[in-house]
Amino acid sequence: MSAWLSRAADSDIWWSFKSSSLTVVAAAATIFIIVVAFLSPLLAPHTPFDPATLSLSDGLKPPVLLSADGEWTFPLGTDDQGRDILSSIMYGTRLSLVVGFASVIVAMVLGISLGLVSGYFGGTIDAVIMRIADVQLTFPAILVALLIDGIVRGLISVQRHDEIAIYVIVGAIGLSFWVQYARTVRGSVLVEKNKEYVQAARVIGLSPILIMVRHVLPNVTGPVLVIATINLGLAIISEATLSFLGVGLPSTEPSLGTLIRLGNEVLQSGDWWITVFPGVTLAALVLAVNLLGDWLRDALNPKLR
Amino acid sequence: MLAFILRRLLQSVAVLLTVGLVAFFLFRYVGDPINAMVGQDTSMEEREQLREKLGLTEPAPIQFLRFIGNAVQGRFGLSYRTSEPVGRMILERLPATLELSFCAAMFAMLVGIPMGVYTGLYPRHWTSRLFQAVSLIGISLPTFLIGILLILFFSVILHWLPSFGRGETVQIGWWTTNFLTVKGLEALILPSITLGLFQLTLLMRLVRSEMLEVMRTDYIKFARARGLSNRAINFGHALKNTLVPVITVTGLQLGALIAFALVTETVFAWPGVGQLFIQSVQFSDIPVMAAYLMLIGLLFVLINLIVDLLYFVVDPRLRGQGGAARVGGH
Repeated sequence: MSAWLSRAADSDIWWSFKSSSLTVVAAAATIFIIVVAFLSPLLAPHTPFDPATLSLSDGLKPPVLLSADGEWTFPLGTDDQGRDILSSIMYGTRLSLVVGFASVIVAMVLGISLGLVSGYFGGTIDAVIMRIADVQLTFPAILVALLIDGIVRGLISVQRHDEIAIYVIVGAIGLSFWVQYARTVRGSVLVEKNKEYVQAARVIGLSPILIMVRHVLPNVTGPVLVIATINLGLAIISEATLSFLGVGLPSTEPSLGTLIRLGNEVLQSGDWWITVFPGVTLAALVLAVNLLGDWLRDALNPKLR
Repeated sequence: MLAFILRRLLQSVAVLLTVGLVAFFLFRYVGDPINAMVGQDTSMEEREQLREKLGLTEPAPIQFLRFIGNAVQGRFGLSYRTSEPVGRMILERLPATLELSFCAAMFAMLVGIPMGVYTGLYPRHWTSRLFQAVSLIGISLPTFLIGILLILFFSVILHWLPSFGRGETVQIGWWTTNFLTVKGLEALILPSITLGLFQLTLLMRLVRSEMLEVMRTDYIKFARARGLSNRAINFGHALKNTLVPVITVTGLQLGALIAFALVTETVFAWPGVGQLFIQSVQFSDIPVMAAYLMLIGLLFVLINLIVDLLYFVVDPRLRGQGGAARVGGH
């Protein structure tokens, strides 16, 4: 363990991480947001989506530091139902992160498998997969996700849709982002598969699956990791956008996007804090993740060293 | 060059047919067209007769051909939600979306390209660093959040600009325009900024990195040695050579702009096709979804085609080679 640690401390990556203070701040902010969000049942002052704990007389309280009407029990104010904004944000961030991570994993698994198959076997299967990728790339990801959501709504009842909404969203976002992984992985496979070590593995009779996973896949870890980090930011934005448009998660289980939509409905009356605080949280989270992604891309790119 | 154009045309038709196939499967197999047309007390027999009459019992390839034939003539069936013809619903709302996207693209280009040139020429100046920081924030803020924040400042707090709808419009034939009234122009400002901001940051970053690269090349040094003015070098030599990737990205982004308009339209209650699409997703109004899909597919294919043809105008090297591979990165 300590040998592994000292090796990591000597590495180029760690050095480039330490020398960029912006990256260190971004990493700290990301970790802080993730930890607070996942500990929200322990840390949040209220349980905002348990109707039994809500009282309408607490409704529309402004943030405590900005107005004399505020109360310290609701540091960032409350919405029209009397829900504490701070607690809503903590629970909402957790949901946004879960959807973000899950859809990146879906996209990654799907994209890597299709890319490996496409590159390794070539021929018709390669042509079919890559033409599908081309057509899908013609459309922006958010449109593909909307379309998938609309199709699922057409196939099942409304009530059933609310129950499985989170899976539909994860699937829709995952399916809309697989192309990039597939193309990257396919490219590396085409390069690697004619090298001697892969031929040697083939000669000793290893199965194609084993060769792909054990020998070809490790070569693409770097680029895939970079795409995944950048995609995490995009996936979080996509989920927020879908929820904001009212086709994402139901308002009984609000993510950051849903919170912003609910706040936007009462924005004209001037109760800005209901929208602005979840919005700032979302922006900070995505900014931090994007900064990490940018750094990782530069750090793993040998051309820039 | 002719061969190249022909090949691109064939590819475009292939993509359009694929999109049409997806739309057809949506239209035909997700949700039942008969259910949407008849009441609950229609007997099974009458349903079967209707099915026969509409040709829904014929083999799928024939139905597909008829679907494409109808689509080419702008007939997309009736909306499940409003029972209006889908073609007319889309046509009524198309001007709103196109005008919004046009203004957003203009805003992005007229502000983004000069900003990119400036930051590329003076990368160490403090204003360049400021532009860079702002662009990073611009890329991280989701479109709808930018819209909400603009509404909050300019409508709710300052009361300067309207926050929803198109304001006053003037009807010219079937086209309704915002450009001819003051109220209409005011209503365009906030949505155009919201929609264009992401494209602006993208263009700025692209022009900046291209300029940084071009300014290091030998022909710029020679141009300086020849004693040309800075203005002639910066715009005549440097900017001109960054144009190929800029055209690619602008073109591809124009399509994204029209698609992303659906988010902006929702925020600003802008009565365009994007808003129509969101409503149709919420109600799973399949005919509208299918028609929107084909419309966007057509727009994307057209834009890509125009971008490819523009390369020949911009890059003289391509004209002689009888259509080499596509240049420029994505």
